Amino acid sequence: MLTISRDLYEKIIAHAREDHPDEACGVIAGPLGSDRPERFIPMENAARSPTFYEFDSKEQLRVWREMDDRDEQPLVIYHSHTMTEAYPSRTDISYANEPGAHYVLVSTRVEDSTEFRSYRINEGNVTEEPVTIAE
Amino acid sequence: MAIEVRIPTILRTYTGGAKVVEGSGSTLDELIKNLDADHVGIGDRLLYGEKLRRFVNVYLNDEDVRFLGGLQTPVADGDTVTVLPAVAGGAR
Repeated sequence: MLTISRDLYEKIIAHAREDHPDEACGVIAGPLGSDRPERFIPMENAARSPTFYEFDSKEQLRVWREMDDRDEQPLVIYHSHTMTEAYPSRTDISYANEPGAHYVLVSTRVEDSTEFRSYRINEGNVTEEPVTIAE
Repeated sequence: MAIEVRIPTILRTYTGGAKVVEGSGSTLDELIKNLDADHVGIGDRLLYGEKLRRFVNVYLNDEDVRFLGGLQTPVADGDTVTVLPAVAGGAR
């Protein structure tokens, strides 16, 4: 299960809406060994595409080092789908290499309602998990 | 002296859980082959044939090796090589 604060939940949706029709992506870091996403880190989509996202490799190195220095880990890796449902595509699954992360997908295909779903992706297996928004 | 290699979570099964390992070689290619001798199987996760896998980022100090010389990038004692899984995907 993913438990996320309302503030972070809204930040992800706002980022996805802002970058629509391109896909938006980012990370939420939390203390190492915890399951408490805390620090919102929107990332640039180096692909700037409505059907693909890719972290900029240099920005990723900087952000990952910063997490290391702060004893954090990437707890949530989020991105948006802008024309399809919020379900991991074959590409998403083949690139999913953080077994400890919650993979959050939001879909902005419908204008005033945003689908927000979370998955674990491990060795090609996708498991959807419930999302609890903490007030 | 040796080359320090930082290993991401997903590949630590090959390094007995170690976050940092050491290796040697004069190019990245040699370094990866040297690592694979000590941590059997890791080479295959980094290379696809004679190329770096698309979904792996390898950095020499602060630079992505794709913008240096790829596998032929020279490495030397005292360098730090960082491996990170690329984060990518999308509806396509």
